[in-house]
Amino acid sequence: MLSKRVIPCLDVRNGRLTKGVKFVGNEDIGDPVESARRYYEEGADEIVFYDITASAEARGIFLDVVERVAEQIFIPFAVGGGISSVADMRAVLLAGAEKVSINSAAVKDPRLISQGADAFGSQAITVGMDVLAVPVSAEIPSGYEIVIHGGRKRMGLDAIAWACRCQELGAGELCVNSIDADGTKDGYELKLTRAIVDAVSLPVIASGGAGEPRHMLEAVTTGGASAALIASIVHYGQYSIRECKEYMAAHGAKMRLTW
Amino acid sequence: MLAILDYKAGNQTSVRRALEHLGIPCAITADPATLESAGGVIFPGVGAAGQAMGALAESGMDEALRQVVRRGQPLLGICLGCQILLQRSEENDTTTLGIVPGICRRFEDGMLQEDGTPAPVPHMGWNSLEAVAPCALLEGIEPMAEYYFVHSYYVEPDPSLVLATTTYGRTFCSLYGREGLWAAQFHPEKSGRPGLNLLRNYHKYCQNSREARHAQ
Repeated sequence: MLSKRVIPCLDVRNGRLTKGVKFVGNEDIGDPVESARRYYEEGADEIVFYDITASAEARGIFLDVVERVAEQIFIPFAVGGGISSVADMRAVLLAGAEKVSINSAAVKDPRLISQGADAFGSQAITVGMDVLAVPVSAEIPSGYEIVIHGGRKRMGLDAIAWACRCQELGAGELCVNSIDADGTKDGYELKLTRAIVDAVSLPVIASGGAGEPRHMLEAVTTGGASAALIASIVHYGQYSIRECKEYMAAHGAKMRLTW
Repeated sequence: MLAILDYKAGNQTSVRRALEHLGIPCAITADPATLESAGGVIFPGVGAAGQAMGALAESGMDEALRQVVRRGQPLLGICLGCQILLQRSEENDTTTLGIVPGICRRFEDGMLQEDGTPAPVPHMGWNSLEAVAPCALLEGIEPMAEYYFVHSYYVEPDPSLVLATTTYGRTFCSLYGREGLWAAQFHPEKSGRPGLNLLRNYHKYCQNSREARHAQ
């Protein structure tokens, strides 16, 4: 049986690791390559790197990080942040990532999803969705709206409709991040996760809000997600990835416990 | 030396990095002489069957691959490489290499996992193998080990060739072959320690079979 995945997410700026809380006040906590290696050894099922670098020269530093990671860890990893063209995708895939995660750029130009799927296969294209809970309206019938730029810009686009569109365009996987839950450590926005899982037939990664292993368990059971994205729960040594996975397995989730 | 067949498959660099990490000499190559001198060949692959067949034909690597098999050199197909060694793929109804009897089918819509929850396609993530027949590649690897899969199509080779199966929505063949010609649906180069051990086993087999050939 397929195991549920636990995916630590590492934010990288200028080649160093940060962890954002509600997308502000990021704190520098170290070397991304070393962290990736540690998570690989601890049993991470996959790793995601987000490049939150703004300048072109720091982009080069980031690609170097991706290459060094690829030489040291032998599990899949995805790269997001700053990817807005097929050329950007090619650069990170060539550097050694298995998947790219596209977010704002896909909302602005959905053709990017199909172009990426055509060029590299659907399996390489994860669409990241930042979602805000809003009052139900004719425009946003699910009460979940797509936002971009880390939640600063509302797009007037219903999250469920967008998820279905991403699937049609050839996305291989969706990563659903609740802006409301992100950084709270109060648990994932399970209703949102479940609504997306029920609307598409793609694997869905739940993101935003993990503060305890119990939350991760809920994401893959109540939420129905294929994977739980985590950050601060493991970044500050509060729990190890092994502890999270063992907790989930002990409570009935199918997990990979041998590595 | 292991040769990784160069036809610009997406995972060829990952395979090289895994072998380098293991200290196994290797080269990504399209050169016929290098391929011929290799102790064994790895046939990687990611993406769509039609595109890969086009790339193989364009580079002449389809013929090179047939020669590898004709010469009796060890061969290991990975993921899409595993699929297109067969005769046909349902992916855009593509005629594939036909080196191994069998076809490649699409996962049905609406499949359920063992616990009754939906089984989204692609089958993406870690899953285990159920051994059907002994295989040198799995020697010394714990039976409960999991491997990384990512695919929307599954292989149906001649039943006599099935070495291991995996269950996701249905039970399908995840490792097939015979001595010296193997194919894995999963990605050993991305499956952590068990995957690296499988690659090490393959290299060991290639070394031994080369010595045996030279001793004759």
